[in-house]
Amino acid sequence: MSKAKVATVWLDGCSGCHMSVLDMDETLLEVVKRADIVYGPLVDAQEFPEGVDLTLVEGAVSNQDDLKLIQKIRGRTKLLVALGDCAVTGNVPSMRNGIPVKALLERGYVEGSDVNHRPPTDGVPALLRNALPVHEVVRVDLHIPGCPPKADAIAYVVMEVLAGRKPELTGKVKFG
Amino acid sequence: MSRTITIDHVTRIEGHAKIDIHLNDQGKVASTQFHVTQFRGFEKFVEGRPYYEMPAITARICGICPVSHLLASVKACDAIMAVQIPEPAQLLRELLHCAQFVQSHGLSFFHLSAPDLLLGFDSDPKLRNIVGLIEKHPEAARDGIALRKFGQQTIERLAGERIHPSWTVPGGVNKPLSAETRDEILAELPIARSIIRRTLKTFKAMLDDFPAESDAFGNMPSAYAGLVDFDGNLRIYDGILRFKDSEGKPMASVSRALDYSKFIGEAAMPDSYLKAPYFKPMGYPDGAYRVGPLGRLNVAEQCGTPEADVELAEYRQRLGRIVQSSFFYHYARLIEALYGVERMEQLLENPLILDRHVRAEAGVNALEGVGIIEAPRGTLIHHYKVDENGAMKWANLIVATGHNNLAINKSIQQVAERFVDGNQFQEGMVNRVSAVVRAYDPCLSCSTHALGQTPMQMRLYGPDGQMLDEVAT
Ligand code: SF4
Repeated sequence: MSKAKVATVWLDGCSGCHMSVLDMDETLLEVVKRADIVYGPLVDAQEFPEGVDLTLVEGAVSNQDDLKLIQKIRGRTKLLVALGDCAVTGNVPSMRNGIPVKALLERGYVEGSDVNHRPPTDGVPALLRNALPVHEVVRVDLHIPGCPPKADAIAYVVMEVLAGRKPELTGKVKFG
Repeated sequence: MSRTITIDHVTRIEGHAKIDIHLNDQGKVASTQFHVTQFRGFEKFVEGRPYYEMPAITARICGICPVSHLLASVKACDAIMAVQIPEPAQLLRELLHCAQFVQSHGLSFFHLSAPDLLLGFDSDPKLRNIVGLIEKHPEAARDGIALRKFGQQTIERLAGERIHPSWTVPGGVNKPLSAETRDEILAELPIARSIIRRTLKTFKAMLDDFPAESDAFGNMPSAYAGLVDFDGNLRIYDGILRFKDSEGKPMASVSRALDYSKFIGEAAMPDSYLKAPYFKPMGYPDGAYRVGPLGRLNVAEQCGTPEADVELAEYRQRLGRIVQSSFFYHYARLIEALYGVERMEQLLENPLILDRHVRAEAGVNALEGVGIIEAPRGTLIHHYKVDENGAMKWANLIVATGHNNLAINKSIQQVAERFVDGNQFQEGMVNRVSAVVRAYDPCLSCSTHALGQTPMQMRLYGPDGQMLDEVAT
């Protein structure tokens, strides 16, 4: 039997959810025995592959790059999981939502610089008006709240999915 | 016809980036551009919030080194309260910071860079990762996992949680250390120490295997910056911010945190969300300097702990007093990890560490405060202004990777000149261009106050501006 294909993605988050994945410690060795990690920050995949069984998404959808990537991922993933509060609710990245993008950029690059005084435009993706939770952009199959979710909860979900069962998260997770 | 390969992301770095490479008429590299592509606007959206929320909010800039932001933030808050925190709290914060250094340096070395170093820059990209390492070098992979676990578990023991804990507070920390916890941490130190010793030994034995990389991975003069104490010892939690020039001559010593802005200017870049700080007296862009492990060891006279100092002496004997090639960030990082473990032992053996006076209480007594620490990747500065009620009016954050922005740009150019040839990418050269970025262990989410995913795109342009090739790694 071929191994399951698992991917992780990092949109507008702090990487804390990915660090919590690594906090599984030795359990990671078990996971890679049963699944191939086909895409994510730790592997050198060129392109998000077709036919992925499970994708864990960290972070909100904040700019054009995030938007294109998450749409591609949805089309190529069987089970899409929103991992952590940023992906589930927008959390800290969405704290900018009440402020016009122009004001954010001006604070950063016009006011906030001693040389050049202008926001970058060349080779950088435009920001979306709001940082959005993943389910507002594409269908999400499972939400794991937490900032970040505990490593145990992530390990439980991954192992259940790999065993072909539906994870039952009641009592195992909380927001924040 | 132009050929297109897409590097959708530069992998094994912490954040989103793209690289453009422009060729001249002879098909040689003319210029390169490094674009950091994420932006989050922390400095703006915190306006109006109570200052004491800042540690919890800014920790969410980075999940790899949240403790750095927590500490820079609580130090800025201490300054707003105008308090000197109790010494035991100071020791405990430094202890927490050392644990983070060990885990973060472990992650950078084992999880992100060891696949290049141990499996080879030209090895199969499908296996060139931590999973490939588990297969080919299981001992090294296990050491990496164990070292990171040691650091993370120590953070959990001290602060209650591994990621985004709320133990450090303005004025100190919110709970003293128990003797049991101290003893648990002490009992695990020898394992961490022996992992680092082993890794240093392996790394030193490989030093001669990478002549082209050590010669061209950002091998250039620049100034350097980092925190030291009065005797010039390496400091990571608190100290004097010292700048040295490319020859090692002191350029400035900033002892009052508020004065940082006299020495550091920030340039907005046309093509990156990451600004470029520079040493103000030298102007932009001449005032480029490097921070992080390489910069710190160049700036410090010694580490100040016995075993790390022996390693530092050997490092300097091999490479010179001022080490110029960014390839040696890896080496410097391992010496600092050893320092971190030794320093933890010193702190844990100080009887004051169990003292119960760990928090000073006060309200708003100053309208402005700055906190400076050394994050694993380099100097981190939080600067806040508040109103009489403690509501945030203004914030400026200068993060480690920002300071290195100009140097990373130059290093990419140098690596591209050496390894990119003709009008098509080869996998090994793409990986080397990515690897020089990796050597800095950049935290691009930190730098743009946005942590993105790791994608890095590279594009190759001909002299007429036509795109010849594109890759996503
Ligand atoms: S949920 Fe929390 S830990 Fe996860 S990415 Fe967002 S801020 Fe970071």
